[in-house]
Amino acid sequence: MSDIKSDAISRIIRKWLANMTKNETLPLHKVARGSLVRIVRIPDGNSKAQLIRLGVHVGVLVRCLERLPGGTLVIEKNRQEIALGMNLASTILVSPVRHD
Amino acid sequence: MHKHRTNTSSSPPPHQHVEQHKHIGVGSLTHDIRRSKVVLVGNPNVGKSLFFNHLSGLYVDVSNYPGTTVEISEGHFGTCDIYDTPGVYGISSFSDEENVTREIVLQSDIVLNVVDAVHLERDLFLTLQLVDMGKKVAVLLNFMDEVEKQGLDIDIKLLSTYLGVPVFPTVAVSKTGFDSILAAIEQARRGEQDKDLHPKLHTMLAVSGSEAEALLILEGDEVIAQRHGVPPGTEREDIYIERRNRVNLIINAILSERNVRTRLSTLIGRWSVNAWTGVPILFGALYLVYLFIGTFIAQDLVEFLETRLGNELWEPWIRGLIGKYVSPESWIGIIFVGEFGLATMTVTYLLFLLFPLVVAFYFSLAIMEDSGYLPRLATLVDRSLNAIGLNGSAVIPLILGFGCVTMATITTRILGTKREKQITATILQFAVPCSAQLAVITAMLVGAGFRAMLIFGLTIFIVFVAIGTILHRILPGKTSPLLIDLPPMRMPRLDNVMKKTLYRAYFFMKEATPWFFVGALAVGLLQVTGLLTVWQNVLEPFTVKWLQLPREASVSFVMGMVRRDFGAAGLYDLALTTDQIIVALVTITLFVPCIASLMVLVKERGTKEASLIWIGTWVTAFLVGGILSQILI
Repeated sequence: MSDIKSDAISRIIRKWLANMTKNETLPLHKVARGSLVRIVRIPDGNSKAQLIRLGVHVGVLVRCLERLPGGTLVIEKNRQEIALGMNLASTILVSPVRHD
Repeated sequence: MHKHRTNTSSSPPPHQHVEQHKHIGVGSLTHDIRRSKVVLVGNPNVGKSLFFNHLSGLYVDVSNYPGTTVEISEGHFGTCDIYDTPGVYGISSFSDEENVTREIVLQSDIVLNVVDAVHLERDLFLTLQLVDMGKKVAVLLNFMDEVEKQGLDIDIKLLSTYLGVPVFPTVAVSKTGFDSILAAIEQARRGEQDKDLHPKLHTMLAVSGSEAEALLILEGDEVIAQRHGVPPGTEREDIYIERRNRVNLIINAILSERNVRTRLSTLIGRWSVNAWTGVPILFGALYLVYLFIGTFIAQDLVEFLETRLGNELWEPWIRGLIGKYVSPESWIGIIFVGEFGLATMTVTYLLFLLFPLVVAFYFSLAIMEDSGYLPRLATLVDRSLNAIGLNGSAVIPLILGFGCVTMATITTRILGTKREKQITATILQFAVPCSAQLAVITAMLVGAGFRAMLIFGLTIFIVFVAIGTILHRILPGKTSPLLIDLPPMRMPRLDNVMKKTLYRAYFFMKEATPWFFVGALAVGLLQVTGLLTVWQNVLEPFTVKWLQLPREASVSFVMGMVRRDFGAAGLYDLALTTDQIIVALVTITLFVPCIASLMVLVKERGTKEASLIWIGTWVTAFLVGGILSQILI
């Protein structure tokens, strides 16, 4: 009995968590200037390999330093500044991190 | 697990089995088997070339923004052959630079890895890849002075232990730590490979013959896989992320931050990619360049050199000298000391007009490059260039084009896709005037007034955008995204800037001078054989009726085919009205690329594309020039 109950609860919690993260992810180009985000998804391709080399991959925290009109983005990861075109930034999914 | 790994769980584990499986079948760079091949490898802008210059005693192109050192440099140091490589973030086949670097690394005996101590996280990825490749590595940790200034602490001994290779602190600009380079070469050794990777490497070794190539195949390097007739590995991402994690682990252990404060250079760097401050900074920079090149060099200095030294001193002297042996009216006389004489006009233009301008242009470019501004400019204009199917990186060949279209066309190699190369090369050939041509244009426009400048600038800009937009529409494919690392803003070193400027100017002059003489000779021959008149007659309906220019202007179009600035220079001495100046300059700017440029274009883009562009410039130049003429005159 209690097993079923806890099962149901955990299912609800999991669903809720999934919903939370689902709502919380957004494409990188929509991130506000100055905010800290965690990389959730990078599409496959040469850009991905290049990003990994520069230290940007799933799970990594980056800060959005600048957003230029038109969507070109400058992100920072440990004193390292990287510029991304809008068409690449829009394919990268991130989730905001509440900090401090 | 391999049996020989069992006794090496404690660090650092020397690989006793090394000798069994190394060095099979590489070495097209081999000169002498007793000499060892030492190669300098590092990310872009880490000061590699400073080490190379010190070691080889030769000068080579210093910092490298992608594209400026695709050629490699070789030098000698003691019993070693030293190679410099283009800056890369990793060894693979993503770009021409990487291909070049990969080949040299594969054939090397010892790798000196230059690392930016301020950007260890970024740079150690390459270091670990080199270590994983099983190369003998020594690390030169550069910018140790900035580490201090930025409040960072690096445990060098611990770093060396983790990597399994010796690490030497240096400050390349002040040559601090350069005395340890010899020790670095001597002490370079195989480092601490990824534990999981090692057995896989051994499996692949049977195919590839060297650990380095085995690793690249595992990482899905198509070029190397094809070379050994095996399918490329599918584990690139896993290996890369694992390597990244190792970097992070090392960083956490060896790096500590004290008081972090933002420095002015960092702020300037940020401002130049900010929406509000970026554009004013860009215009400020362009204005400074204009003041320097446009006002000081093009007007004051060139005026003095060309008139005083060229027209008043050199030309009468050489005319007198040659006049002693041949009559100035004879055909030899006309060719050598006539209106377009090889010894008169050609020499004056080359030495007193072109040379100072080219130097000034390369100087400005070197400052923008060495300060770290160029990649920020690329970021700033990224979106605007998207409109014509390019990304921000294309700003580099485009800006270089204002220096020399030939050089810029070669630089289109740095662009990611064939499509972008096509668009950029075409725009360069059509609508970008090179510095020498620009100088003559500026001089004529200054005389013609502000309205002329405005109309000229606007027309060229419209053609520029139109060509880009049309190509963007008709060419298949889509724009590749911008993805560049922004190096820190640094005060450029004057000696570096000067060396780079003179080096480039020298090579440019070496390249351009013969074509100049060919052009002058061609015009001279046309003149003495009377073909010039025939040519003028053929073009007369176009030149006189359609463009409404004096019939002598068609001479410019002959010269323009040889060198663009030559064409513009030919207009210089004609008596033209303001409107005629505008029409003539627009036409000659849009006119065919110079011979050198055309040769490079054929090489880079193939005969078919090159001839299409060449014919296209004829049509566009006369079409746009004519329309303008019908409106204005």
